[in-house]
Amino acid sequence: MTAPLIEGLYREGEPIADTAAPAGPIAEKWTQRKFDAKLVNPANRRKLDVIIVGTGLAGASAGATLGEAGYNVKSFCYQDSPRRAHSIAAQGGINAAKNYKGDGDSIYRLFYDTVKGGDYRSREDNTYRLAEVSADIIDQCVAQGVPFAREYGGLLDNRSFGGVQVSRTFYARGQTGQQLLIGAYQALERQIGAGTVQMYARHEMLELIVVDGKARGIIARDMVTGEVQTHLADAVVLASGGYGNVYFLSTNAMGCNVTASWRAHRKGAYFANPCYTQIHPTCIPVSGDHQSKLTLMSESLRNDGRIWVPKRREDCEKDPRDIPEEDRDYYLERLYPSFGNLVPRDIASRQAKNMCDEGRGVGPKVGDFRRGVYLDFKEAIGRLGEDAVRAKYGNLFDMYKQITGEDPYQVPMRIYPAVHYTMGGLWVDYDLQASIPGLFVTGEANFSDHGANRLGASALMQGLADGYFVLPNTIRDYLADGPYEPIDVKHPAVVEAQDAVERRITTLLGINGDRSVDSFHKELGHIMWEYCGMERTEEGLRKAIDLIRSLREEFWRNVRVLGAADTLNQSLEKAGRVADFLELGELMCIDALHRRESCGGHFRAESQTEDGEALRNDDQFLYVGAWEWGGDNGDPVLHKELLEYEAIELKQRSYK
Amino acid sequence: MKLTLKIWRQNGPEDKGGVVTYPIEGVSEDMSFLEMLDVLNEGLTAKGEEPVAFDSDCREGICGMCGVMINGEAHGPERTTTCQLHMRSFRDGDEIVIEPWRADAFPVIKDLCVDRGSLDRIIQSGGYISANTGSAPDAHATPVPKDDADRAFMAAECIGCGACVAACPNASGMLFMGAKITHLGEFPQGQPERDARVLSMTGQHDEEGFGGCTNLGECSRACPKGIPLNVISQMNGDLLRAQRHRA
Amino acid sequence: MATSTISAGKRPRTGSILLKTVMAVTGVIFVGFILAHMYGNLMIFAGKDSFNEYAHHLREFGTPMLPEKGFLWIMRITLLVSLVLHAASAFLLWSRAGRARTVRYVQRKGEWATFVKRSMRWGGVALLVFVVFHLLHFTTLTINIGGTYDNPADRLVASFGEWWAVLIYLFAIACLGMHLLHGIWSAGMTLGLNTSLDMAERLRLVAILVAVVVVVGFALPPVAIFLGLIP
Repeated sequence: MTAPLIEGLYREGEPIADTAAPAGPIAEKWTQRKFDAKLVNPANRRKLDVIIVGTGLAGASAGATLGEAGYNVKSFCYQDSPRRAHSIAAQGGINAAKNYKGDGDSIYRLFYDTVKGGDYRSREDNTYRLAEVSADIIDQCVAQGVPFAREYGGLLDNRSFGGVQVSRTFYARGQTGQQLLIGAYQALERQIGAGTVQMYARHEMLELIVVDGKARGIIARDMVTGEVQTHLADAVVLASGGYGNVYFLSTNAMGCNVTASWRAHRKGAYFANPCYTQIHPTCIPVSGDHQSKLTLMSESLRNDGRIWVPKRREDCEKDPRDIPEEDRDYYLERLYPSFGNLVPRDIASRQAKNMCDEGRGVGPKVGDFRRGVYLDFKEAIGRLGEDAVRAKYGNLFDMYKQITGEDPYQVPMRIYPAVHYTMGGLWVDYDLQASIPGLFVTGEANFSDHGANRLGASALMQGLADGYFVLPNTIRDYLADGPYEPIDVKHPAVVEAQDAVERRITTLLGINGDRSVDSFHKELGHIMWEYCGMERTEEGLRKAIDLIRSLREEFWRNVRVLGAADTLNQSLEKAGRVADFLELGELMCIDALHRRESCGGHFRAESQTEDGEALRNDDQFLYVGAWEWGGDNGDPVLHKELLEYEAIELKQRSYK
Repeated sequence: MKLTLKIWRQNGPEDKGGVVTYPIEGVSEDMSFLEMLDVLNEGLTAKGEEPVAFDSDCREGICGMCGVMINGEAHGPERTTTCQLHMRSFRDGDEIVIEPWRADAFPVIKDLCVDRGSLDRIIQSGGYISANTGSAPDAHATPVPKDDADRAFMAAECIGCGACVAACPNASGMLFMGAKITHLGEFPQGQPERDARVLSMTGQHDEEGFGGCTNLGECSRACPKGIPLNVISQMNGDLLRAQRHRA
Repeated sequence: MATSTISAGKRPRTGSILLKTVMAVTGVIFVGFILAHMYGNLMIFAGKDSFNEYAHHLREFGTPMLPEKGFLWIMRITLLVSLVLHAASAFLLWSRAGRARTVRYVQRKGEWATFVKRSMRWGGVALLVFVVFHLLHFTTLTINIGGTYDNPADRLVASFGEWWAVLIYLFAIACLGMHLLHGIWSAGMTLGLNTSLDMAERLRLVAILVAVVVVVGFALPPVAIFLGLIP
């Protein structure tokens, strides 16, 4: 029996629940789970195959750790080397509840800050565990030789980050992600050298193989030869990152895509909270239509930079240095006196948008709109001296100058929000297992730890927590029941998956329409940014759904993909990714439409307080929206996982 | 801006390849170099010609995926990555020659894309500290002098783009390797494997078919991260020390 | 299950850094020899007798602990072995570098590095040819310029009376200077002496200093003789 169609868009299915977390006090759950999870005898591990898709922090660390443990790991990435995964671009730092500064930090406080920062839409158990293992990550990374910033005494330095009032962020100048990823990459390469991990670089996962309800392998395309390959295993781990590129312009890498997750979703994995996207406040503004990506500058800049716009619209064209103090509106300091420029990302972003919507934006007009606010270091240079500012932020300033041609030591930087991170992702239980048994999802690709908004320096923490410490302990419970029955490559499920991939490639190459893949991607991105971006409305989302549907229809009729299937073909790769984004975009809008509340990065104009802050509706929406694929011609099915807050009291978030 | 692009086109690893000339118009100086190539590719696609294959990913100068020879210089005229090179570095009417990295250790896959797997294999041979997950002592157990940590960081900034190899008259990979050896060698944690690391990595480097270093410094000049030549000297010294220890 | 760490058994027998080390060490031996040689040459300014005495003394150096010419032969053998090792390593590295890039760039910048690279290689070959000539001239006395004389000082003065001989020697000295300029820096790099930006500066300075001293020191006698400043 089919459930009734709601609002003409979706159906509601049975509620779901996380059954993997043990009962008991929150602080003991992880210890208990590690104890309860079955063990695999070292001699049996080499008989168990694990596929890991993605080699960012979550994928490389999991690959290295499972390889060390003795499992047979096959690791896949679309880049030419696992070291290039986009975790590498994270700048600011990684949180850990070490309390090395003695400023009152603790596991509980990190947990509390993360849940509060996530606007009470994350799962308590997972977030607590994240805070619990955070300290181990720092130990692990230091042991690997990650060059964290140090003080003269030789001990590790910390800084503070948006949304918190303690210093718990470890960093390596503005290249923390790079250094952590290189650490994980080296650990992975060590295992490749040792033969426990087989590396498939320039390979893209294009389909999940599900046999008897269990994830048993993937279909991957060798991007150099075009060969469509079948890889079978006992378990599949997706560590394939987020889907911010659905907006075309984002701070994601050019190749970041949703295909691995989306293919799994189409095979039965639930996609949770797709509308939770994070718009990062400190990015370099768009300069024109040619733009291919947006560049983020670490939000650590907000520690010393002051954000302002002119009080009067007519000052917006002036040289900022000529605008006197009394004519400047340091709006974050004015609106949020206690957190000031360090409010969480969603708030900082939305206020920047508000200022520009009021006509007080600065910088060149793109279209007929100025999209930018000043981030000013004049006061910091005066207070600390130019050398100290250079030591702290030099590389960011250089990057800004390289891209804009302006010198931020002289002129205030211009910043504007950009899509940065997606809190939503495949639904997982406490074991990080998706709704398909044998499919595990880690890092940004899952949904579990950040709720509706992620705090700065928490993504690196989650990626490494999942990969080094969580997944290796939970996946063994599943693998202990293996090795699972061997599958023949002629198995109907395998053949079906392989055929589907080949058919799709042939179709894409055969359409030979008029429009390039990029033009579709740009149009989709524009729709998403306009209607499912920083502020969402009922009307806008409905419009977006219609627009996306017709764009998708046109895509399959009119896209032009040149070249052949059997060589490196970057248009073909992009076409497959954009095709999946066109399906995901619609689901994001449906999710955003159905969630008639504002929370974290999801701001519904209809749900705000009198002074314009996000207004949650805990009575109706205190749940995770996990979507089941309804078929090509069907409608998505919503499964609700109710969120229970036992350790933390639900409050309206305030940073005033 | 109007430009004339001379781009190396090569259909596959076996193809001989050659330079093809493409005029391009409407280039703005705010574009990055790769965005200029995006515009070219959109135009080629519209005309029914296959777009130029080139690698790029993060486009913010950190992943190391991009990298082409521009007018005979690795990553072009500025000390930065190709993705962070902007068209304001060129003038209207310029002719720009674009080629892939050239080294036998970096075979061309297609057009401007090369296979840099040899760099990964050098890391596999010893570019790591063996620290099994979960076995680490507290991060503050061993303080590290700030100067050592800073030098390690300086060397660890390497993004593995391969510009050093491309720029080297001998197609040597010593700067890449020296950076890793210096990075890990500055830490107390890196000492137990220090000898084995340098012996193994330098061996792998030669096996991959990179040339030897003649200390000319082109690598360091081309390095978008400004890794100094002294990492090579450090590696040479470490190798001598390791050979003494083994003898 | 623990993973084995690095296996250090893969080292090829002649790693390129090993070859470089051979070049550096033999190069340093040559630098020592060249400085001593230069010092000896400058004896001519103290007069022909001093110069002849110095030449004679070389043969007796170390006697009676060593047989006559013993020291000379130790030097000769050391230098010969060094030369063979230095040149052989250079040729091996040269050929490896050629094989490391078989498809060349259509366009190439970095003219200075290319010039230095070529000057080391072709300049090295030129020096090799010169050494043969020089040995035939002053050691085996096979080549006689400006007549035959039975003492070194006269032979020296007579030879550098010829303008073309002066030119040959000056060209060789220039080659040597270029070779030292990069060679000393390069040897320092290879021997692990450049460990910081400051050390790099010092190493450059030492290389320039030695090169200048050697060029001036070697060029003085032939030029002075040609100009008739030595009676």
